[in-house]
This record gives sequence, C-alpha cells and structure tokens, in this order.
Amino acid sequence: MNEIWRMIGQRLLLGVLTLFIISVVIFGATELLPGDLARELLGQSATEETLAALREQLGLNDPAPLRYWNWLAGVLQGDFGMSMATQKPISELVGARLGNTLFLALYAAALAVPFALLLGVLAALWRNSIFDRASNALALTAISFPEFFVAYTLILWLAQSGLFPSMVRITGSTTTGEMLYMAFLPALTLTLVVTAHMMRMTRAAIINLLASPYIEMARLKGMSPMRVVLRHAVPNALAPIINVVALNLAYLITGVVVIEVVFVYPGLGQLMIDAVSNRDIAVVQAITLIFASAYVLLNLLADVLSTITNPRLMHRK
Amino acid sequence: MTKHLIGQGGMTRRGLLKSGMAMTAAGLVLPAGMAMAQTEPKKGGTLRIGFNSGSTTDNYDPGVWDTNFVQVFAQARHNYLTEIAADGSLVGEVAESWEASPDAMTWTLKIRSGITFHSGGTVTADDVIASINYHRGPESTSAAKPIVDPIVEMKSDGPNTVIVKLSGGNADFPYLMSDYHLPIMPAKDGKIDPTSPDGCGPYKVDDFEPGISASLTRHSGYWKTDRAHFDGLLLLALPDPVARQNALLTGQVDVINQVDLTTVSMMSRNSSIRVLSVTGNQHFCFPMDTRAAPFDDNNVRLALKHALDRQEMVDKILYGYGAVGNDNPIGPTQQYYAADLPVNGYDPDKAKFHLGKAGLDSLDVSLWVAETGFTGATDAGSLYAERAKAAGINITVERAPNDGYWSNVWMQKPWVASYWGGRATCDWMFSTAYAAGAPWNESYWDNERFNTLLLQGRSELDDAKRAEIYHEMQAIVSNEGGVVIPMFASFVMGVSNAVATPDVVGANWDLDGFRAVERWWFA
Repeated sequence: MNEIWRMIGQRLLLGVLTLFIISVVIFGATELLPGDLARELLGQSATEETLAALREQLGLNDPAPLRYWNWLAGVLQGDFGMSMATQKPISELVGARLGNTLFLALYAAALAVPFALLLGVLAALWRNSIFDRASNALALTAISFPEFFVAYTLILWLAQSGLFPSMVRITGSTTTGEMLYMAFLPALTLTLVVTAHMMRMTRAAIINLLASPYIEMARLKGMSPMRVVLRHAVPNALAPIINVVALNLAYLITGVVVIEVVFVYPGLGQLMIDAVSNRDIAVVQAITLIFASAYVLLNLLADVLSTITNPRLMHRK
Repeated sequence: MTKHLIGQGGMTRRGLLKSGMAMTAAGLVLPAGMAMAQTEPKKGGTLRIGFNSGSTTDNYDPGVWDTNFVQVFAQARHNYLTEIAADGSLVGEVAESWEASPDAMTWTLKIRSGITFHSGGTVTADDVIASINYHRGPESTSAAKPIVDPIVEMKSDGPNTVIVKLSGGNADFPYLMSDYHLPIMPAKDGKIDPTSPDGCGPYKVDDFEPGISASLTRHSGYWKTDRAHFDGLLLLALPDPVARQNALLTGQVDVINQVDLTTVSMMSRNSSIRVLSVTGNQHFCFPMDTRAAPFDDNNVRLALKHALDRQEMVDKILYGYGAVGNDNPIGPTQQYYAADLPVNGYDPDKAKFHLGKAGLDSLDVSLWVAETGFTGATDAGSLYAERAKAAGINITVERAPNDGYWSNVWMQKPWVASYWGGRATCDWMFSTAYAAGAPWNESYWDNERFNTLLLQGRSELDDAKRAEIYHEMQAIVSNEGGVVIPMFASFVMGVSNAVATPDVVGANWDLDGFRAVERWWFA
C-alpha cells in the first residue's frame, strides 16, 4: 500500500509542475494573439484615446513577465484574481460554471459508462453475432458524426415534438429533477459521442483475454459463458477499461463546448471562449488549469485503480 | 432663443415632414401580410427574447455597450433624454422639451418632473448632468466620448432645467442624446455608479447573469402609462443561430432577433410564428483606404462602384431581406434622404471607362473579408469578384479570421468588409464615419467641400437650407466617397403570434429600435 501512496505523491508533484508549464504556455500564447483586452472590450467603437485610458486603468502597460509574475504570486496564495473584463472575482465567475460542467459530465458519464460497458461485455460474449455487428456499427456511426449534427438530430426528433427542451436554463430555484430533465438531450448527445470508444475497448480487452489458456480451462470445467466473462475475464480486463473511461471522463469535462453552444448550456467551455476572445488572461488561465487538473487527476485515478485491481502490481517483490 | 422643437406629442415642421416620410417608408418596408389585426395593447405576461449576442463581459457600464443584448437590456431599465420614435421622429423622454439659441450652440433642456428611479429618488437636473459627464473628460473610456466631446459646459438651472454649451453649433444635439450609451442614472456626489443597474426605465432588474440571461419586472412607478405592457422580461443569450430558432420553434422564447437568413423560409412555414422585417439604416459596405493607391484615384473608386451587381447581392446575400444601396449611408427612411441621386448600377463598360480615365487597362486589388465584417461578407466578396471580371477588374478575396478583425484588418488593410448600424441623422452618420479626421472614418476620406458643408449643415436650424446641404453631401459621398455600399440590410426578427407588434416598427436599430420591450405586448 505504501507504494501506492508514494506513487500518488510523486504524480501529484509532477502534476503541479505540469500545471506550471501549462500556465506559462497559455500566458505566452494569449500574449501572441493579436489585439489586447482593451481593444476587445471597446470593440469596433474604440478610439486611440479611450484605448489608452482603458489600458492604463487595467494595468495592461506593464511588461508581460511582470504581469505573469503578479498573477502567479496571487495563485500561490490561493487567489486567482479578478477577471479584468468583468471586474468580478474569478472564483465567483468560474464556480457556478464549473458546477454546471461537472453536473453535465457526471450525468453523461452515468448514462454512458454503464451503457458502454454492458454493450462491450455483451458484444464480446456474442462476438461476430448480429448483436455484436449492429452495436458496433451504431456506436461507430454515432461517433463519426460531428457532435453538433447528433445534437441537431436529437433536437429535431425529441425537442421539436415537445418531449424535451432544446435549451437549458438554470436559475437559482432549479431543482435537481428539473436539471436532469433539461440536461437530458445534451447528456444523451455526449453519451452517443463517447460510447463507441469505451465499448470497443471493453470488447477488445475481453476478447483478447478469452483466447488465454486459463479461460479455456474455465470453459473446460463447464462454466457458463456469462460466468466465464464476468468472473474470469472482466477482472483482468479492468486496467485498459479504466484507462479509457478516465480519458473519456476528462473529455466530457473539457471538450463539450460545441454541445454547450447548441443547447445553450452555461458551462466552462463557453466562458473560456468568451475569455479567449476578450483576451481576459486570468480567466483563461484559471479554466485551463481546471481542465489540465481534470486530466492529471483522472489519469492518476486510473493508474491507481488499475494498480489496485492488479495483484501483481500490488504485491511486487 | 428660438423655440425649436417641442417634446412628446408636439408637432413641428420637422416632425410633420418626418412622420410623413416615415409612413411612406413603412409602407415600403413592411412586407405584405405583416399588418396584424390591431388590438388595444393588453397588460401582462413575461416577454422572453432570444438574442444573437451576450457575453460574460457584458456589464452595467454604459460606456462599453456594443451588442444587442446589452443595448436592449439597457433600454429596458433606463430612460434617455430623448427617444427616436418608431416612425423616426424625435420625442422627449427624460427631457420634456428643449430649445436652442439661434447659433445652435446653447441648448436648454427641460427635465420632466415626476420620473422616479427604481431605487426611489426623483430624476433631477443633477442626475442628467452626472450621467452625461460620465462619458466626458480625459479619464473617459466611453464609446460615446466622441458624441459628448463637443459639450464644453453643462449646468443646472433649478432641478428641472439643464443648460448645455457646445463648442460649435449643432442642430441635431437632441438627437445625439438618444444614443444608447447615454442613459440617465442616479447621481451620488455628482457621479453615477457605472456598476449599478438602477435607472428610471420601464423595468427593474431582478437578476443578471452575464452571457446567460437577465430577468426584469415592471417598475411600478414608471411614468409612461401607455408603454411597458409586460409584467416582466426574460432576456436570453442564444448566440447559436440554430439554437435560437429552435428556442422560438419549441416555444421557449417569444421573440428572436437576427434570424438566420439561409433558413428563414423554412422557419416561416411554422404557422405559430411570423417573420418581422424592417429596413432601416443598417448597411453593409466595403470601405477603401482613399489615401493608398490605387484607391486614391476617384476613377478607380467609381470603376469599382460600377463593377458589382447590387440587386444580385440583395437577392443572394440578404435573401431579399434588404434594399439596394447607392454608396450613400443615408437610408431611405431618413428625413433628408436624397432619392433623386443617379444610381451607381452594374455597368462593366462604364467601369472600364473609368479605369481608362485612371490610365489603367485592368486592375488587381485585394478585398479582405470576414463574417464578423458582416454576415455573408465572404460570399458577397466572391460575388463581387465574379461580376468585376467583366470590367477587367481582378478582385482577390482574402479571408481574414473573425477574431481580432476589428483591430487588425478593419481600417488597417486597404479594402475590407464592414457594416454600420446607421445613425438617426445625416450629421451624426457623416461626422462619425465620413468627416476628415473622425476616428471611425474607415475610408480615411478627406473631401474639402464635404467637410465644409458638414459644418454648415450642423449649425443650420432652417430645414430647407439643411435639406439642400445634405442633398449635396449625399451626392458627393455617392460619387466621390471611398465606401462601396451595395446594400441596406433589414433587421429580421422571428416573433411568436402570441406577441403583438405596433403598425410601425422602429427601423433605427434591431428589435424596434431596441424598444420592443416597452412598445410590444401580448395579444
């Protein structure tokens, strides 16, 4: 068990280093973009005079390294600073959106993961059957369409007939039940988009194992095919499955901006696009760090879980 | 002092002329079938509007508003000194009436008494002065700074009178005060609070989440009794055009703006909604840098003006929702519109003739476009290039990214795509985008005669003389200006049949001059 703790500690330290490097890269990239916050805020109606006044007020005239240092010093003390474009604390701006994004990601995961694993196991069990081919074909079709196309198709079928709303509107008084109802279409879209990857990995991992001698032994003992797969094959196939699930969860948190736009879902993706187009660096940094942390933590979790599920790794000599 | 204009309800020579013009114009621009059975406005209901804009950076600071969402949100909670009525005439709002000195340099505004802020106080001259002052001075970052710069002094004379001194005569000063950046907000120690939603308009803010939504309820003490019929408003940011249409089709909103023109015909098949289209001053254009070769030669500019098929652009880019432009930014609904100017039509021979006069056989130019310049700019550029070939003009269409377009391409590259929402008066439009040295003179145009006339027209109080001046100016712009204006684009809105709209819908801005929230009602 100590080994696990050591691994977690090491990986967390490396994760912090990764985050630092990412923040430098993002800051540099935002600096390279043409225009600056003052110009984007004033837009087409900017004049040289008002630009100069606004730059002075926002402190944009400081050299870039100094501005980065000021930001970093704040973050190290747990203060992500103020959004310069909205003059609101970043924690307030990002907090609610982060909650929404996590809700949608978990909702989609709660639909997609069991569905994909079930399909994968059944497809492996009845491989090369009609069921296997049909579920493969459908899953691959769904993943091959662009997300917005899947979304619009669902809107056409399920929203225009009045079954589900085509947009999500979250207010202070929205209950969890209403949230689940309103966010059903975006969650379903995401489910369709991520299922194929997880399902095919599950199927491949299990089929791979079904050729091994110990499975043959189990069969020869006269076990039912279902029991062979669930008791003997799945536990050994967990490591790759956990990895692919973690990857897809990270995607659900970071990569859903198109879905957010189509369903008017107030998540982090839209906020990030707004912030990039406004050159609001502090907000871009905060969201990037959240996204990067999601990847770092989920990968760590996947590694820890695959270690725990594999006795050979747990009891290394 | 000359009694010049009287406020709401009053009729002057100018008002009479204007409303007559607007009636004709409205007849032209409202498509058949638009005329709804008119009923007396009813009170009640919550109007839900889906907007094409809305960003997390939206805020209460009047100096930075520049998208439909914040503009309508502002008109929902604020009143202004003056208002452009739906027919294009000017009526008083916070200012009950106004008079000018004979040189139009000193204006005395009478402030309407009994208007209350949502927070309870009464609107006084001090509030008005503080609200306008916010945009003045070297510290100001306001987009309205160029509008209020000519003000040299503002002082109150009692709680209901404001005296404004200008650096030069301006007969249109009351029009300028209707600008959406200039709401009247409560003053504290001579300053307004640009982070406060407090205003004296028809609705007060309950909740505002920038980039998502705003909800408002009726201000019980609102002074206009025949306006603001809704109990509440819900303004939603729906930037995706398909999401916006879906919201209207599934009944989640009552009104949307900027209907996607490529699918409008399919949307209008739905019998529970209607498409509302008004043509005003909004125009799409291709400004050239008149300082740079080859655009410094007016013959080249004329050749380019004759090398595009304007009607085709209206048909193919605007899907018919617009009108042909004549390189003149003054729209047909405006008071001093010069309807009798010769039309710069598609004529390759004439274009060749002008090229020849410039000493050229053929011409190679680049046109920078992006969809943010105006919707359909890329296609419009290709269409232009295709038609110009016949005149021996090779136009290379350069696609620029939307991001940073206004800072890196517009007014930086020699020939670009751009648009204007339009301004309510000739002087306002010309001094914003055509006067020498104006910050947004996008063609860097400097015409001596034009600039002289501009100053004359501005301080002229006599209508007949002004009409003459503006006629000549429009002729100069159309003939010598550096901006190709192929089309006036309509404001196209989708409206649920549950919502009733007045006979005349304002054409000065989108959504009934941003005033749908107080002019419309539930049928």
